[in-house]
Amino acid sequence: MTWKIVIGLWMTAVIVLGLSLPMSAQPQHWFELPTIPGLEEKARIMFFHVPTAWLASVAFVMSMIYGIKYLRKKNPDDDITSASAAGLGLLFCILATVTGAIWAKFSWGTYWNWDPRQTSIFVLLLIYGAYFALRSAVDIEEKRATLSAVYSIIGAVTMPFFMFIMPRILASLHPEPILNVQGKVHMNATMLVIFLASLTGFTGLFIWMWNLHIRTVRLETKHS
Amino acid sequence: MTIEFSGHSLKKVFNRRVIFENISFSLQPRTTLLITGRNGSGKSTLIKMLSGVLTPTAGEVKALWDGRDTMSNLHSMIGLVSPYLQMYDEFSPRENLQFVLAVRGMKSLTSRIQPLLDRLQLKGRLDDPVRTFSSGMKQRVKYAFALIHEPPILILDEPMANLDSNGIEMVKTIMDEHYKKGILVVATNDTTDVDRHDQRVNLDR
Amino acid sequence: MTAERQVPRASLWQATIAILAKDWKSELRTRYAISALVMFVITTISIIVFALGTEGASLNALSGMLWVAVFFAAMSGLSRTFVAEEERGTSMTLQLVASPTAVLLGKLCFNLALVIGLNTLVVVLYSVFISEFVIKTYSIFVVTVALGSIGFAASSTIIAAIIARANTKGTLYPVLAFPILLPLLLTVINGTRLATEGAFFEEALGEFNILVSYIVAVVAVSYILFDYIWKD
Repeated sequence: MTWKIVIGLWMTAVIVLGLSLPMSAQPQHWFELPTIPGLEEKARIMFFHVPTAWLASVAFVMSMIYGIKYLRKKNPDDDITSASAAGLGLLFCILATVTGAIWAKFSWGTYWNWDPRQTSIFVLLLIYGAYFALRSAVDIEEKRATLSAVYSIIGAVTMPFFMFIMPRILASLHPEPILNVQGKVHMNATMLVIFLASLTGFTGLFIWMWNLHIRTVRLETKHS
Repeated sequence: MTIEFSGHSLKKVFNRRVIFENISFSLQPRTTLLITGRNGSGKSTLIKMLSGVLTPTAGEVKALWDGRDTMSNLHSMIGLVSPYLQMYDEFSPRENLQFVLAVRGMKSLTSRIQPLLDRLQLKGRLDDPVRTFSSGMKQRVKYAFALIHEPPILILDEPMANLDSNGIEMVKTIMDEHYKKGILVVATNDTTDVDRHDQRVNLDR
Repeated sequence: MTAERQVPRASLWQATIAILAKDWKSELRTRYAISALVMFVITTISIIVFALGTEGASLNALSGMLWVAVFFAAMSGLSRTFVAEEERGTSMTLQLVASPTAVLLGKLCFNLALVIGLNTLVVVLYSVFISEFVIKTYSIFVVTVALGSIGFAASSTIIAAIIARANTKGTLYPVLAFPILLPLLLTVINGTRLATEGAFFEEALGEFNILVSYIVAVVAVSYILFDYIWKD
């Protein structure tokens, strides 16, 4: 109960601040966000788009890890955990794709550009879709768990190839990541705080929903 | 040289339903295990487990040759006849057996194919595709499949299925001969199928 | 009692060849997969030719369509090796007599033979009927098609093994296979494009690196995971 309230309040604060703090070219006060040339107001979407994309990938990794656990120990609970993570991952993936497309529309004029990041999130969406198509096509629980785990591992093995392929094929329209490779942060302090708060809030939301879903499914299967 | 074939606390769960649990037995040469139970009690499931084709939810099946574990090579040690076991019906019995010997690495035994098929009353149909056979003849081909490599362990699920009186005689002879040298496992609803047994597993609860 | 002999062990190589030979013999006799593939290829190429009409298309588009034809042809024929065993009930027979690795390798080689035949047919028909499709650097094209074939075979086989154990096998196969094959598709399309542009062989080395890594990764993961798919 407390967690629900905490996360609810936290996310509300993040959303309100993210959307309403004023932007100016030279921030004078602590509550002003700097304007990023070229993005201006649309930069606000970073608070919501990046965490959902991040979580979509994290959820996939979590699903795969619990899938591997299932393959080793054959504990049905691990399969429930794995499938729950995948379900939430699919949700966050859809959110990320949609928020990304909205951003693309406002920044580059079209909803879809096939640039590397958009393509990657789309492929992740395909893998999630395939994962659930597979699950719905197997009747026997033990077999369903095994095959899903195997497929998620195969998916995880082939996904990294996109990182090497995409740069060769299409020039990127995606803005230079604000958190770059050296870990140096180009965001100003206020922006960073809200961004990290959003990341934390979304992660908390994910964990809370994951936990809730697992417990629900466990109760359902016990009583069926 | 000794063979031991045993099962320890075998359990199988399908979709959270327990099919059977705590099944144990221990067999040496010249012993017969009889498995009985109603339809749906899990006889064929247990047979599949003993053949190494199904993994138990709990417990284990052990096959020892001179004390060494041979579970990874179980397919050379057992011959299985079962309603669930199908032959490749686009091939003839001869081709089916040639394939099975080639995969098992036993090509040298190819000369045994003809005499075995003759003995099983399939003379003259050696080279016809199995698809053209009656169910009784298909059952005989399954026996050929089980016996071609002279395995020490013979596992028969519904041994008399689809057979006429000639066939039943033939199977009883096979079981007698095998009983003298090896381990026999029979799963059936009809207890008159076996003349004697040393251990029994009854899956009816 | 013949137990005086040692329990024979089949060599992996022998068992693989035996399974490959069995699949091949069965295929020659029934001709299911081969007929499906040939008809599919002819149909797809015909559709492409008619769709292009007198307009033609850019070389980039043609390179892409070549591999689209290959993809769908592969989806129509490469699952057969596993699905047929399930449908006829011989899966258990195979589980009984052969080790899982031999089954995987045998069927992988079978699919490889099918893919190579398929790709040859596609490339020949494509070159003959679509006059705008001209290869300038043959070495790049040959290596791309060769590596692409192996990659296709590898991925298609392991996914076929998975869907053979599920219901609705037909429609599920492309759904599962597409995300896995996509990196391969993008790379071979790029390689084909380079070949039509007359690029130097060295320029395509990046593509070849990716293809080889992909093949190694997929075969390795197939080898490790196949036991879980195959055994119940």
